[in-house]
Amino acid sequence: MSDPTSDPEMDDIETGTLPLDAWHRARGARMVAFAGYHMPIQYDGIMAEHLWTRTSAGLFDVSHMGQLLLSGDGVVEALEKMLPADVASLGEGRMRYSLLLNETGGILDDLMLTRRADGYYMVVNGATKYDDIAHILDNLEDEITLNHMDEQALLAVQGPKAVEALARIVPGVERLVFMTAGAFDWDGVPLWISRSGYTGEDGCEISLPAEAAEAFAERLCQEPEVKPIGLGARDSLRLEAGLPLYGHDLDPETSPVTADLGFALSKRRREEGGFLGAEPILAERAAGPLFKRVGLFVEGRQPVREGARVLEAIDGVEGRVTSGGFSPSLQRSIAMAYVPAVLANPGSKIDIEQRGKRFAAEVTAMPFVPHQYVRKGA
Amino acid sequence: MAFYFTRDHEWISIDGAEDSTATVGITDYAQAQLGDVVFVEVPPAGTTVDKGKEAAVVESVKAASDVYAPVSGEVVEANAALEADPSLVNTAPETDGWFFKVKLSDAGQLDGLMDADSYKVYCEGL
Repeated sequence: MSDPTSDPEMDDIETGTLPLDAWHRARGARMVAFAGYHMPIQYDGIMAEHLWTRTSAGLFDVSHMGQLLLSGDGVVEALEKMLPADVASLGEGRMRYSLLLNETGGILDDLMLTRRADGYYMVVNGATKYDDIAHILDNLEDEITLNHMDEQALLAVQGPKAVEALARIVPGVERLVFMTAGAFDWDGVPLWISRSGYTGEDGCEISLPAEAAEAFAERLCQEPEVKPIGLGARDSLRLEAGLPLYGHDLDPETSPVTADLGFALSKRRREEGGFLGAEPILAERAAGPLFKRVGLFVEGRQPVREGARVLEAIDGVEGRVTSGGFSPSLQRSIAMAYVPAVLANPGSKIDIEQRGKRFAAEVTAMPFVPHQYVRKGA
Repeated sequence: MAFYFTRDHEWISIDGAEDSTATVGITDYAQAQLGDVVFVEVPPAGTTVDKGKEAAVVESVKAASDVYAPVSGEVVEANAALEADPSLVNTAPETDGWFFKVKLSDAGQLDGLMDADSYKVYCEGL
């Protein structure tokens, strides 16, 4: 049998260690190198962990992600030069999905931006965080301070029972609604908690000092609803939720319009422009993209994965599958792909080829599994 | 009944005389490495497989892996149960989760394969 553990992203050279490393190992996690760190890929098995998160609550260690804080006079203007988001209208304790863009309108990273009393808190991807910091510093005036909060760990607790379990330890979190955040306290440990996540489930993300992470994770897992979940299930959960993964579904050659992330281009910013990449992006938006990111139901059970060919082409350029796998919730093969925009409507038939084998697929609306976010007034 | 094992984590069982058929599957060690198996493609009866060449595909949630034919010969039966329930590879890798049966073209190919004890030692060294 060929080695199933080989992964081009694995690289043992200077692989870093995160605050919960020993805790994961003690709990029987299988560790792999990911985004430059040793990370748990699974505990009991991806399928079981996935379904546990969909029905109860999973604890994810995402401390590899970059946590940044920007502050100083003119920070709003500075952020609006880099991001297509309406930063000015973002109220304290509110968060927004946004994108770091290059001059040609390509996506350098996707991120969450939250306005706090002490500045703008940004969570960026682990594999891109140092490039992001360099890019941000290149585009910042001297008056703005960028703090890489690398002394902070980041945990996510996700699932239908996540908030009730967390609220027993941190009373008050239940009052947050989706895409809001606030400061909390656990036995004197300062916590920054948002009601957000990357699974499509209700839940929270918790930023806390690295030295407190193990005790907090241990305490959370004492709640019967909560089990630690590895990166494997994190990937299958986000795929079912239709959420793109940077470096796979998004990259510097892909624009927000092609990636179907138009919601990240706020109305005022579309009208005013003035952010990096605005001209090519707004022109593409007006003309319509050639390709578009869509969800696919693939016939049968066999996964089609990143790199599989989409045989439908425009001017000789084929589409491509950027994420794909077996959906544990739906028990069928699903994928994200870039297809010609004329075929991006649900119901369009798509032909895929992987390792010489053809697969029939059909465009479907995403998410594949409905989001369970708890919104204001719900 | 004799069991043989390969360094690529396939098993071969021979029932009766050495010119009879061999049943092929992947080992418990292999299924544990793969994780949850969601799809198996086995060669249909009548296919000729060559020792060391790709004969089957097994897909887990994580990754796709090729299964190499541990011996050469003609496939006489594929395990149809795997199509409906690929998780048999996880739950019963060395019994009900077998992949295919092959009529050996060269029983000499069994020479040099490991027995259960040698394979156990081999896995412990990985």
